[in-house]
Amino acid sequence: MATSTSAQTGNIDNLSTASKGLSLNRFDSPWLNPKFVAGCILLLIVLLMSLLGPLVYDTTKARVASSPLNLPPMWMEGGSPAHPFGTESNGRDMLAVIITGAPRSLQVGIIAAVIGMSVGVVLGSLAGYMGGWVDGVIRTLSDAIITIPALAVLIVIAAYVKNFELNTMAFILALFAWPAPTRLVRAQVLSLRERGYVRMARLSGVPPLEIMLKEMAPNMLPWLAASLSGNISGAILASASLEALGLGPTRIPTLGMTIYYAIKAAAIIRGMWWWWGFPILTLVIIFVGLFLVATGLDEIANPRLRGASSS
Amino acid sequence: MGGLTKGYVLRRVLMFFLTVFIGSTIIFFIPRLAPGDPVSSMISRMMAQSGYVENSAEIIAAWRLRFGLDGPLWEQYLKYLGNLLTLDLGYSLTNFPVTVMDLIRRGLPWTLFLLSIATILAFIFGNTIGAMLGWRRTPKAMKAVLPFTLTFTSIPFFMLAILLIYVFAFGLKWFPVSGGYGRGVTMGLNWEFIKSALYHAILPALAIVITSMGGWALGMRGMMISVDSEDFLILAQAKGLKPARIFWRYAVRNALLPQFTALALTLGSIVGGSTLVEYLFAYPGMGYLFYQGIVNQDYTLIQGVSFILITTTALAVLLIDLVYPLLDPRITYQKR
Repeated sequence: MATSTSAQTGNIDNLSTASKGLSLNRFDSPWLNPKFVAGCILLLIVLLMSLLGPLVYDTTKARVASSPLNLPPMWMEGGSPAHPFGTESNGRDMLAVIITGAPRSLQVGIIAAVIGMSVGVVLGSLAGYMGGWVDGVIRTLSDAIITIPALAVLIVIAAYVKNFELNTMAFILALFAWPAPTRLVRAQVLSLRERGYVRMARLSGVPPLEIMLKEMAPNMLPWLAASLSGNISGAILASASLEALGLGPTRIPTLGMTIYYAIKAAAIIRGMWWWWGFPILTLVIIFVGLFLVATGLDEIANPRLRGASSS
Repeated sequence: MGGLTKGYVLRRVLMFFLTVFIGSTIIFFIPRLAPGDPVSSMISRMMAQSGYVENSAEIIAAWRLRFGLDGPLWEQYLKYLGNLLTLDLGYSLTNFPVTVMDLIRRGLPWTLFLLSIATILAFIFGNTIGAMLGWRRTPKAMKAVLPFTLTFTSIPFFMLAILLIYVFAFGLKWFPVSGGYGRGVTMGLNWEFIKSALYHAILPALAIVITSMGGWALGMRGMMISVDSEDFLILAQAKGLKPARIFWRYAVRNALLPQFTALALTLGSIVGGSTLVEYLFAYPGMGYLFYQGIVNQDYTLIQGVSFILITTTALAVLLIDLVYPLLDPRITYQKR
């Protein structure tokens, strides 16, 4: 599968670049796509920080009252080198909070998105291709769940449940992560199956599974890649949002929880930007990284896209 | 083929009711699947907060009655559904004589106003940017600039909202920090109020528009590229049509269609995201009600707001679904 796509990719690239009169370096690997690489680097930074951070930095300083209060970052007046990113009003060290909080966010996002995506692709292609009652049942379910603002339901659940574990949160988020890919895959399949080449394949008696995998799936790939990465950000965002409202796991200082404390202590209008700024910056690095990986993957998977971009 | 048939409309309307039914069933049952019932968990939370609660047994009994938690589960469920049908969401636990519906009636217009404006603007801007990015013939200079605007838009609603408050409300003092309208302005159809409401809406709306643009652009870009190699575009070029006409009437028109499905799909998350934006700006809409419900442990309010958000989102999706087949004749709804 992979080899055949890349061969195809090469052909089409050759054609499109040749027609534009540009030279093509045949040793250019599509995986060296600048956006994809940049995104991976951003995600790697966060990963390395959370893996190596505890080895070189004392993460027990993430506990309440372990550090002096309200210190600004070390490069500002009054900052101390012992607390490079400053401290907040509960005596937590910001750098330690970020090192311990970042992997939690990634964990929740990846678990929820991968579950949601796998379920979505299977159900979506089934619904779109089979039609009939299969479509009816799947569509009814996904329709119902997709239009439910997940956060609204999560708030109801979190308000009732006292102790929220991180993985429980991921599974509950997955409950709302599958309908989006399901519906979009279904819409794509519906649109694709009216196309000439799919009709032709059907008329020639190609079995449905083969049509889905060989004729339709490659056309949906760029979209699926973007969607998975979007789903991960979506799940991370949902968990961070819930935490920022003060709902969620309370035992570990997650990034969202830190933002909640900052909002509650009016850090925004007290000018303590480092309190909310660093957790948000960490989350934004994750989101931008995922976004770049998605666009990069798009261009790697879809030769037409590379033909369209000038790079 | 296609078009708006009577059967299709009927099915969509039935789907709407089914959606609301399933949604309200989820918010009824999932909390009850959790260990312990809401009332005792509420009491234990109160205990955790204030250390000691007087007459907790009596409070539990009284609240159980008010929640209708004394009958068997199916009976509670039927009563709950019956109440929803008449939009009777019960009394707010913390503002007792006020019903949940009263609170929502005050909050909903704010949310509808903020969300519809922000969503429409984001849809227009995002799709235009995405279409230009996916278009082979867009000037290179523009293509180099546009991705940057998108990269910044992968920041979530509420995080950008915090940044906007810090920079434009706290730092530069250009816009108010919080609220839906100025103090001393009377609510009503007067110019003062409208001006004040618009002024207060700028920052929250900006947070939503800037952050949701990127999603539209990303999807649109992909669709434009798929459309780019369609035969009808080659024909349009061969006919020698003007590039602008090919772009808008041939490419964008076709690529835009799936974006309407996407609009229906993302409404739920937009509503969720705006909840947080409203909470940050203390904007007097549904999101702020939600937050008040959370802070005050007001379960009837939380459940009521959740139900109304589910219903209004479902209604918006119904409208989009009814418009969609009019726009895209390629999708056939007839059974084959």
